[in-house]
Amino acid sequence: MTRIEQSPRAVWEAHARDGRLAYQWSPDAGRAVWQPRVVCPFGGAAPLEWRVSAGRGVIHAITLTHPAKGEPYTVALIDIDEGYRMMSKVEGASGDASEIGRRVQVRFVDGDAEEAPVPVFDLEPLR
Amino acid sequence: MSGGTTRGGTAIVGVAESDLGKVAEGMTPQDLMAQGIVRALADAGLTLADVDGLFLAASQLRMPTVNMCEYLGIAPRYMDSSFTGGSSFEALAAHAALALEAGACDVAVIAYGSTQRSQRGRFTPQRDLNEYDAPFRPRLPITGYALAASRHMAEFGTRREDLAEIAVAARLWAKKNPAAFDRRDLAVEDVLNAPMISTPLTVRDCCLVTDGGGAVVMVRADRARSLRQKPVYLLGHGEAQQHHAITNMPDLTVTGARASGAQAYAMAGLSARDMDVVQLYDAFTITTLLFLEDLGFCPKGEGGAFVRDGGIAPGGRLPVNTSGGGLSYCHPGMFGLFLMIEATRQLRGTCGDRQVPGAETAIAHGNGGVLAAQATLVLGTEATL
Repeated sequence: MTRIEQSPRAVWEAHARDGRLAYQWSPDAGRAVWQPRVVCPFGGAAPLEWRVSAGRGVIHAITLTHPAKGEPYTVALIDIDEGYRMMSKVEGASGDASEIGRRVQVRFVDGDAEEAPVPVFDLEPLR
Repeated sequence: MSGGTTRGGTAIVGVAESDLGKVAEGMTPQDLMAQGIVRALADAGLTLADVDGLFLAASQLRMPTVNMCEYLGIAPRYMDSSFTGGSSFEALAAHAALALEAGACDVAVIAYGSTQRSQRGRFTPQRDLNEYDAPFRPRLPITGYALAASRHMAEFGTRREDLAEIAVAARLWAKKNPAAFDRRDLAVEDVLNAPMISTPLTVRDCCLVTDGGGAVVMVRADRARSLRQKPVYLLGHGEAQQHHAITNMPDLTVTGARASGAQAYAMAGLSARDMDVVQLYDAFTITTLLFLEDLGFCPKGEGGAFVRDGGIAPGGRLPVNTSGGGLSYCHPGMFGLFLMIEATRQLRGTCGDRQVPGAETAIAHGNGGVLAAQATLVLGTEATL
C-alpha cells in the first residue's frame, strides 16, 4: 500500500501560498470535488487529481453575520466556475440576498499567524 | 414492514418533560435526564426496574448511556447513543422500535437533558467546523440557516415578513401552553426590528436558549394496550443524511426531510394531507418553512404564502408546533425529543387550550446540524391502525 506523504490539506495550502486556488477533480465522475479529501466521494475508486481554478464565480448565497463582539462581516457560498461551491467572504458586499448572482473574483489575504493565505472574493463590476 | 419494523408495531406509552426554562442552580444534564425519565415512566405506570432499553443523546455528555446507567443504577440489555444532533431523538425512536420488535428489549426509554442556558458562556457545544470554512467565521449554526434563507428569498421571493409570521405563530401557540418559556406578546414588526444576528434572521427568528430535558417510553403494541395511557402508535419512520457542512448542502432550498418524510409516509400509508397535527423542528423560522415544503404541506417555494396571515397560527390552515416550538416553548440545545412529547399529548387529547380537536395522526420531524441530518416519525391513535 502507498503511504500518503502529503495530506490533502498540505497540498491545498502549498497552492494557496503561491496564490493558487486549488481543488480536486474526480476522473471517475468527471466533476470537481470540494472540500479536499483522500477518497473520492463519487464511488471511492480512482485517486483524486489536483487542479487550479481560475478563481472566478458567482455568489450562490450570502449573509451578513453579526458576531457577539465586533463588526459584522459577510459569509457567502460561492459557485466557482469550475463546478464546485466553497464558503468565503465577499469584500464590499452588504450581505443582502439581492447580491446573489453577482460575479466575484478571488484574492488571497494573509491568514492568522501561521495559517495559510485565505481566499476571499471581490465583486466584479456590474456590466 | 420497513427494515425490520412494522406499522403500528410499537407505541409511545409515556412522555414527560423535566424542569424547563432556567433550572435550579447546580442542576446537571444528568439530573434533568433522570427527572424526565422517572416522570415519563410514572406517566406510563412503569418504574426504572422495567427499563431494559436505553436510548440517549446529549451534547454535554460524551457517553450518555454509560453515564446514565451509573446514575440510575440500572443495567439495560440494550443501549444506543447514536448522535445526529437535534434529530437524534426521532432516529432513536426508530432504533427503539427496531430493538423492541426484535425482542432486544421490552421497555425502551428515549431521553435527553441539557443545562445550556445555565451554562451559558461556560459550555460551548462542539461545532463541526471544517478547516476550509473556518477562516470565514460562520456563526454556526445560525449563519448556515441564514445562507439557506437568503437562497430561498432569492429563488422564490420569500420575504422577511413571511419568516416573521412563523415566529409569531409559534408565540401564539405558546400563549396556550403553560409550560412555554416565552409567552410575551410578539408581532411581525417586533421580529423584523429585533437585533440582527445573521441577515435575514434576527434574534426573534432564532430558537430560545433554555435548560431542560425529558423522556419518551416505548413498548410493543400488545403491551401498550395494557398500560394506563392511550397508546400513540409509531406508524412510520424515516431518516436521511445529506451533508455535514452547509457548504456541501446539494440544494440550499431542499432538505433531506423530503427523503425522510417520504419513507415515513410510505410506511404509514399516509401523506401530508392526512396529518392532523404537525411538529417540525424550528431551530430558526426558515427551518419550519423548509420542512412545510419538503414534507409536502405546500409546494416548493410556496412556504411563504402558506404561513402568511396566520397560516400556521391557532385557527389557521394547519396546526404546526402547537407547543410553541423551539422558538417559544423551550430549546435546551436540541429540540427533537419535545416534538415527540407534544405529538403524543395531542394524540392523547390532553393538550387543553391548544388541543387540536379530534387529532388522530401526527408528524414529528427532527433536524440535526445545519439542515444536515433529518428524521421523521408518523404517529397515530388506535383508530389509525
